[in-house]
Amino acid sequence: MTRVPVLRWGRPYRSLETSVVRHFISGEPIAEVDQTTPGFIRRDMRRAGRARAALREMRSAELLAAMQEAARLYDEAELPCGDETQSPDDFVRAQSASTGLPEAMCRANMAKNRFVLERMDQVLDALTRGLDLDVLAAGHGVEARGVPISYQAQTEALGCVLPSNSPGVHTLWLPVVPLRIGLVLKPGPEEPWTPIRMAEAFFRAGVPREAISVYPGGPEVGAAVVGGVPRTLIFGSLQTVEQYRNNPAVRVHGPGFSKILLGDDVVDRWEDYLDVLVDSVFANSGRSCISCSGIWASRHTGEIAAAIAERLASVRPLPPDDPESALAAFTVRGVAEALDRDIDARVGAGLARDVTAGFRDVRRLVRQGRAAWLLPTVLHCDGPEAEAANVEYMFPFVSVVRCPQEAMLGAIGNTLVATAITSDAAFRADLLDALHIDRLNFGPVPTHRINWLQPHEGNILDVLYRPRAFQSA
Amino acid sequence: MSSAVPDPQAMAAAHGALDAQVRRVVRWHFSEDTGSPFWLDFRERLDFDPLVDIQGFEDLKRFPPFEDTWLRGGPVRRWVPRPWQDRPLFVFETGGTTGIPKSRIAVRDFRIDYELFSKGLSDEHFPRGFDWLHLGPSGPRRLRLAVEHLAQVRGGIAFGVDLDPRWVIKLLRKGPAWGEHLEAYKDHVLDQALTLLRGGHDIRSMFTTPKLLEGLCERLEDDGTTLREQGIRGVFCGGTEFTPQWTRFAIEELLDGVFLQPVYGNTLMGLAPARPPGPEDGYRIAYYPPSPRAVLEVVDPDSGEVVDYGSTGRVRLTTLTREFFVPGFLERDEGEREPPWGPWAWDGVSGVRPFGRLEGGKTTVGVY
Repeated sequence: MTRVPVLRWGRPYRSLETSVVRHFISGEPIAEVDQTTPGFIRRDMRRAGRARAALREMRSAELLAAMQEAARLYDEAELPCGDETQSPDDFVRAQSASTGLPEAMCRANMAKNRFVLERMDQVLDALTRGLDLDVLAAGHGVEARGVPISYQAQTEALGCVLPSNSPGVHTLWLPVVPLRIGLVLKPGPEEPWTPIRMAEAFFRAGVPREAISVYPGGPEVGAAVVGGVPRTLIFGSLQTVEQYRNNPAVRVHGPGFSKILLGDDVVDRWEDYLDVLVDSVFANSGRSCISCSGIWASRHTGEIAAAIAERLASVRPLPPDDPESALAAFTVRGVAEALDRDIDARVGAGLARDVTAGFRDVRRLVRQGRAAWLLPTVLHCDGPEAEAANVEYMFPFVSVVRCPQEAMLGAIGNTLVATAITSDAAFRADLLDALHIDRLNFGPVPTHRINWLQPHEGNILDVLYRPRAFQSA
Repeated sequence: MSSAVPDPQAMAAAHGALDAQVRRVVRWHFSEDTGSPFWLDFRERLDFDPLVDIQGFEDLKRFPPFEDTWLRGGPVRRWVPRPWQDRPLFVFETGGTTGIPKSRIAVRDFRIDYELFSKGLSDEHFPRGFDWLHLGPSGPRRLRLAVEHLAQVRGGIAFGVDLDPRWVIKLLRKGPAWGEHLEAYKDHVLDQALTLLRGGHDIRSMFTTPKLLEGLCERLEDDGTTLREQGIRGVFCGGTEFTPQWTRFAIEELLDGVFLQPVYGNTLMGLAPARPPGPEDGYRIAYYPPSPRAVLEVVDPDSGEVVDYGSTGRVRLTTLTREFFVPGFLERDEGEREPPWGPWAWDGVSGVRPFGRLEGGKTTVGVY
């Protein structure tokens, strides 16, 4: 069985406490993961300066070349994983087995990570608006137009408390190392694979080992990362988002409540956009903050819901290695059951109905071994006041909500991605000004189609650096 | 250090001493002229006569399980043996993590327990004639008086810094929004400890809890120094769960060579020191009770039978002193049964942690 170590600034540490990662269906042990003592983090942070110093010593071209090489290694190479090595196929199988994601989705996430790493020069150029990256090493410089500039690092390392169930989020921290900030990664309990593999790819590509720590462990380790690292990214529930709302040191990525809004000018042609609607709901098994959980229109909502339901109602869980498998499992006992009950309760509260139920003769909840699945679910809501109108779950789920266009912006609530299919200039202007919308797409852009050259829920550069006045005489 | 396995004669002697202690203590608590009101009243409801039928430790199984609730609430004087009704008395409370705290009376037990403990401490690590720092709960607990007595027995003076665990528990239960208050309180406690350590005193030994020890070492390291450089030679540490990994972390990374003596103790039992933890046995913390004054058994939670060595079960405490008789009290902890070791010719318990199947609500643990 693979033994996954703690990495303390690149140095493997064998703990006396381990946690066993198990296959999501059979319960068979897959890996033994060393558990971090929370005290390590405060202690190791005393040496975070070495992480940043080592990265500052590298030239920008070297760092970017290392990212290119790391991309290839991560996607293609046999890399160390504890005391064994792991091929890309091993990685995919392990990730799928512990997280319940189909192997095809794991491969897609690998491709996404590679894509971002390979284009890191473009990503950083976009995030920094063309800043000479050497300025981040030196601390100051002069723009091409002759204006002095200075960027002050707000931390020597960024802490990331990562989820188990959404390997897609790893792209968010990939720019940190080339931005010359150390990385402190706390993997999700069921997904130690990506942080370890990516760290090993970075090391082999030339990133100094002392730049990266990986601290597997329980919630107390996550709390120690948040408490001990000056800047952190965490992933959590709406409650977690609220908890850290006013804490500038913690950037929380929570539920997205991403939506597609159909303007009155196009809604009579809704069938033209059915592929975009279905893809946005179903892609990545609906397990993403950028998956569409709400479709809002002033009319035809019943027909839209039925058309999506008809497309998705036949989806069933398949073996994870089946190339057609597209539905991810719930691996934590009781979660799928609780969500199933929650959906029924919201439908029972009125103004909503489960449209998918009319297109299949099986229940929404499917159990097998230790795992459970929720089959794609489409609800129709008669209005925004329905309790089911603005919810998000970690599976392909969407509420199709009937709502007058003029009331939409007041009713949709916080929305990470809004795809507005409309040419109505006034509506577009209102959408551009809506502060509760983060990523805005005009036209039939799937909510999950990300342009990596654009910031996601804020710019990571702003988490790590502060531009400030600087003069030298 | 004594050899790892005590010889059979020592174990037989320990067994004999335990049976004799049982007879003495039962006679004391159930005799009309020496017993406490609680046990004399209890005797009336038994279907056996303790004075006749209890002749050794095994016979204590005839008593029904000692119930937690008997110790919660008053009047506490019902526990005082008749000859000591007019003596100066102490009352100590345990935990406070759930409901009305358990309380017990004491006359001299806490002094005797710590005198016994002192005999097992080395002069190298807990030097005589030097002073102590007590950094931990005082208030209604026995600990402050006990540590003070320990210091005095060893010719020292104990400086004290209080930590109120009930306030800490309240802060923890209020949730993350109160995290700043928790940190501020911890800093307040550690500030006082640092002031004392830097105050020019002759403090060489200390008691504290694992979390406070970690915090103190971190604060010292922030200032470029260590506990050893501040003069400390030995720390005895208890109050919350010790894991082998934490112990290793403390020894390898925090303590800079300062000797660590883990203890498992509470107001009902006294003090069970651990054998010295180290890499040779995976930093396992195995505690041994102060037999024959107290016995720790590891029992099957369903049958109540003692489990095999190395097996897991719930910790059952029996206290056998003239001040306090507690037969078969099921602690809120579980652990593994350990064989006799070194100077302790009786069973111990390792891996002590909160009992996983505990009924009656949650306990906030690891708080200080």
